[in-house]
Amino acid sequence: MSAGQVEQDAPMSEPQAATLAGDESVLVSGAKAGDYAAFEELVNRYEKKIYRLGMNITGNPEDAEDVLQDTFLKAFEHLPEFREDSRFYTWIVRIAVNEALMKLRKRRSSREVPFEETQDQEGEVRVRDYADWKPNPEQTLAREEMEQILRNAIQSLPPGFRTVFYLRDVEGLDTHETAQLLNLSAGAVKARLFRARLRLREELSKVLRRG
Amino acid sequence: MTLLNCKKAVNQLSSYLEGELDEELKQTLEIHLGKCHHCHAVFDTTRKTIELYCDGKLFPLPDAVRGRLHEALRRRAQRV
Repeated sequence: MSAGQVEQDAPMSEPQAATLAGDESVLVSGAKAGDYAAFEELVNRYEKKIYRLGMNITGNPEDAEDVLQDTFLKAFEHLPEFREDSRFYTWIVRIAVNEALMKLRKRRSSREVPFEETQDQEGEVRVRDYADWKPNPEQTLAREEMEQILRNAIQSLPPGFRTVFYLRDVEGLDTHETAQLLNLSAGAVKARLFRARLRLREELSKVLRRG
Repeated sequence: MTLLNCKKAVNQLSSYLEGELDEELKQTLEIHLGKCHHCHAVFDTTRKTIELYCDGKLFPLPDAVRGRLHEALRRRAQRV
């Protein structure tokens, strides 16, 4: 990890976030003025998260790489238009989500539920499995095994569900931001999130349940 | 205070995890969760599901993919 490169998965305290935002705005100003090293530092900060976003939404390594490259190439080209009324990261997440959704639409196969047509309002939500889990599964299973279980479970969700789950629960976007990005109503986001959480839990329960 | 059945309790799952329930409904729900092992397991393991995905270790960026990204960006920057 280079100097100033930050892996921002852990929650930040307010002073940390303020320092980072100030630091980031210096980098954005530098990048806008043509300092490529400043732009590269912004890329270093967020490339892992953008790749992860691409993998979670598209479920395909080639598409995720395209999402990663296209996101930062577009960010580079359109940087003069970035008005800095949001964080740089929020801006590139918007670009990345749009790129990932375009990939999904292109690759849509007959066995996947199309993103726009995911049924999210109709139908009763029924819990079919009330199983409790083994304690601390992430400590009792090998890391690779646990990661494979999590990857399989999220990829088993329809794209419209896993995208909402990823943006809300992993990226931490709020309902309104997610609805705007995906062109959905707030109610649809909430309904999809509810169903996605339950379905993921049931997928994981198949492996992690007690006894 | 009205009691909840399991179906109504599960329907509040997302709002409960978001901290969006009003105090009365939250208390009613927590009374139900204290008595109903099934619903308690669903709530607890759903919370655990979210935590597992927030861990941030899924889908690491391969070095080769990172290398191609930086190469593409450098080529683009040289054209400016």
